[in-house]
Amino acid sequence: MIKFFRLMTAVLGLVATAAHAQLTVEITGAGANRIPVAIANFAGEGLLPQALTGVVRADLERSGAFKMIDPGPAQVPENAAIDLNQWKDRGADALALASILPVPGGRYEVRMRLYDIARQNKPDGMIFVFAPATMRETGHRIADFIYEKMTGEKGVFSTRIAYVSKTAGRFELKVDDADGQNPRTALRSTEPIISPAWSPDGSRLAYVSFQAKKPIIYVHSLATGAQTVVANFKGSNSAPAWAPDGKRLAIVLTKDGSSQIYTINVDGSGLNRIVSSSAIDTEPQFSPDGQFIYFTSDRGGSPQIYRVAAGGGNPERVTFEGSYNVTPRLSPDGKSLAYVTRNGGRFQIASMDLASRQVQILTDSSRDESPSFAPNGRMIIYASEIGGRGVLSAVSADGRVRQKLSGQAGGDVREPAWGPFNQP
Amino acid sequence: MRTPTKITLAALTLAVLAGCSSTGPEQPAAPTEDKKPATPSTGGATGAPVTQPQVGTKQMTPEEALLAQLKDPNSPLSKRIVYFDYDSYAIKDSYASIISAHAKFLIANPKFRMLIQGNTDERGSREYNLALGQKRAEAVKRALMLLGVNEAQIESVSLGEEKPRMTGADEASYAENRRSEILYSGEY
Repeated sequence: MIKFFRLMTAVLGLVATAAHAQLTVEITGAGANRIPVAIANFAGEGLLPQALTGVVRADLERSGAFKMIDPGPAQVPENAAIDLNQWKDRGADALALASILPVPGGRYEVRMRLYDIARQNKPDGMIFVFAPATMRETGHRIADFIYEKMTGEKGVFSTRIAYVSKTAGRFELKVDDADGQNPRTALRSTEPIISPAWSPDGSRLAYVSFQAKKPIIYVHSLATGAQTVVANFKGSNSAPAWAPDGKRLAIVLTKDGSSQIYTINVDGSGLNRIVSSSAIDTEPQFSPDGQFIYFTSDRGGSPQIYRVAAGGGNPERVTFEGSYNVTPRLSPDGKSLAYVTRNGGRFQIASMDLASRQVQILTDSSRDESPSFAPNGRMIIYASEIGGRGVLSAVSADGRVRQKLSGQAGGDVREPAWGPFNQP
Repeated sequence: MRTPTKITLAALTLAVLAGCSSTGPEQPAAPTEDKKPATPSTGGATGAPVTQPQVGTKQMTPEEALLAQLKDPNSPLSKRIVYFDYDSYAIKDSYASIISAHAKFLIANPKFRMLIQGNTDERGSREYNLALGQKRAEAVKRALMLLGVNEAQIESVSLGEEKPRMTGADEASYAENRRSEILYSGEY
């Protein structure tokens, strides 16, 4: 069954104000059961170049899982005596208080306390120490802490997103923080860059670059900027996907004619063909347990998603509805599959519950592609198009919350890949 | 710039045979991607000395003569694009004569190499389109091989949806982009 969710169009418009903002994030729609939380202005915040409270609030609000309760203008220290009933009357299920203090070495300390009013748990405390340059990162860590305490799941506010921007014929592989801030450029080229994929430890990106006038697969160390060739065979080399152990990649080669799936070691050794057909086989993706490789194939007459044991074997068809289902992406828990489906001439992101085979269309525009799960599985980022321009959007795995990430004027952004929890 | 040399009778004959009257240095093949006219510069005009350009002549090599033949608009060999239907990599019957002309040329000139670039329109997955473009290039390669061309002369690659000829989001642009392009040695 295909289900559409009618969304409220409450545009919250969290427009980033930092000078080097690459993407701004706008939310449309919201979760059904948002947790009301009050985050009082942090005491001592005036010491910082920018308000830390704002970073934390924006993160939580953007997730669609929280509703911000107005705490009033007062700065409330972490150890203040408070009347929880008063906050309960304001509708808050949780209250966060924090104090910022200077510590030796030009650094700061945030002492925070989180009161779970609804569940009447003992308050949780946490101390973060940071240098001014990592202030935003600290805000993301605080938001992750609150998110995890209140939802029981890890937050993704301190993760990163890789994507490709195209401006006036120039391509850049970029890495931003998950809120679209702090953009860094990993690679610049006058030739296309596609299919970035994060190594499981977050230290490297595999991608396809046409810089040598043909598609070749590279692995790129983010710390050093070193680019190494993984696969440069005759024909096209494309669609890299990391095995969960980070040692092998599934790739697509056309050295024997049509596109076929292989695995290869990251150093380019140990090439092994996984499936064999005269049809198109492409877009391999490992299941999180490493047991299966999901892929796109037109062996049945139209492009559909199949899966095969990671060591090879007989492929099994996974998608049946519709005549164009491509780009399989497994959720981090391995229970659902996001992919691109053509639905009456429109390309949209769909999700299939693998146990029940129930399919839900998650997006309602017409040019959606390249889905990528957040590492906690709650959101899916994807490439879309508005007014002929490539933009990035995100949708919650249940289809209820949507975010639009807009790039700087004049450029296209595409090929998003959400990075893992593990940060080097 | 190459040094002009004296035209020999043999070179003249060759040029005539090749249907080519140009004696200037060969220009590289015009890029096929950019069909937009260049924007003329208007601002900051200044005077410059007027000089008489020197007319250069040189001997055309047999290879250059053959390349000229490949570009002759009256020859089927100048037809270098095979268009495809949406989501298809089947070659339409109407391309039979063009493909046969290219097959004859490759068989007659075994030193010539051909690069076939498969392309798609921009709709759908970039990676699937890369694979689809490969199938389109491969389809042209197979058709040439069926006519007796040696496989070693042909390389097929895909550019997927990354190198459109037209950038519009309409059927006319999409149709223009669903193509295989044929390039010969010296043109890529």
